[in-house]
Amino acid sequence: MLNFLWAGFILLGILTAAFTGKMHAVTVGMAESAKEAVSVCITMLGVLSMWTGFMNIADKSGLTEKMTKAMLPLLKRLFPDIPKDDKAFEYIGSNITANILGLGWAATPAGIYAMQALDRLNRFRDEASDMMCDFMIFNMSSLQIISINIIAYRSRYNSANPSEIIGAGLIATAVSTAASVIFIFLRRAAVGGKRK
Amino acid sequence: MRVINFLSDMIMPLVVAYILFYGAGKKIKIYDCFVEGVQKGFKTVLEIMPTLIGLMMAVGVMHHSGLLEIISTAVSPLCDRVGFPAAAVPLTIMRLVSSSAATGLLLDIFKQYSPDSFIGRFVSVMMCCTETVFYTISVYFMSIKATKTRYTLAGALIANAAGTVASLMICRFLWGG
Repeated sequence: MLNFLWAGFILLGILTAAFTGKMHAVTVGMAESAKEAVSVCITMLGVLSMWTGFMNIADKSGLTEKMTKAMLPLLKRLFPDIPKDDKAFEYIGSNITANILGLGWAATPAGIYAMQALDRLNRFRDEASDMMCDFMIFNMSSLQIISINIIAYRSRYNSANPSEIIGAGLIATAVSTAASVIFIFLRRAAVGGKRK
Repeated sequence: MRVINFLSDMIMPLVVAYILFYGAGKKIKIYDCFVEGVQKGFKTVLEIMPTLIGLMMAVGVMHHSGLLEIISTAVSPLCDRVGFPAAAVPLTIMRLVSSSAATGLLLDIFKQYSPDSFIGRFVSVMMCCTETVFYTISVYFMSIKATKTRYTLAGALIANAAGTVASLMICRFLWGG
């Protein structure tokens, strides 16, 4: 999909430039943007790597594992249809912990393992089960407590206070996550006992 | 208001202090672990860099050709009615599709309006509470070859919309505009 999007962006832009007479600006802008991407990454190297450094301490000291375990009772209430001792809970737990801490690269593999574990409980081959849909919706409600990337980007563009958005982000994240939980429970209540 | 600002200032140092304290308590080599983690971060950034070059360039073409401006102008009557910043529309949509394309658009907004403008703050908060829904659904369901995703998309879009509306309201409350 990204292949089409990317080419589409550029082609549409060039086409527009042909009509607006901004071909020169596009020529300059193209090179400028590519150059700027590298300078953004240099800022990211500092800020993001600092964060992954701290997160590695959390990982190695067993703190992330502890968080995952602490979350289990909550997860069992959120996904009551998954058998209590199923492996899926472990994967869902580490996926959610990784999401909360903003470790995208750790979240995806755990999430895929979780989906595979849920797939073993699924009676249908190509159709998602309720458990899968619920897990996915919760997962995509955004769980991250500190969006370190955004702070890095803000500081690259000379924000006077790059981290001032953390509090607001936290509240907005709580709202989107609450909305997902409400959706999950309302839908479950609406269909009653009929579960897939 | 003061509580939220307090939260913004406190949370990072507190998280860091807790991690260090916990790590020291477990008697692991915290500094060695930190350095090892930094290396992982380097790798991640280097992996992001090529896609960021590609997509920032594409966004640059859209910006400098005037295309983004045309889109914003086209949607602005509708946006004005509901009080949504028109210039944030392309980003709000792209956020659901691709993380790197969204980053390109986000940085374009930062560059044009500054991260400390109302729209700069709004998109910062909005990026915190939304997710690349279409991408995530395709990756996760593809891994188990499920093609019927049923109500997943509806639920995810509702959660993301709730987050976006909340971001706008919180930013209004905190910074006006």
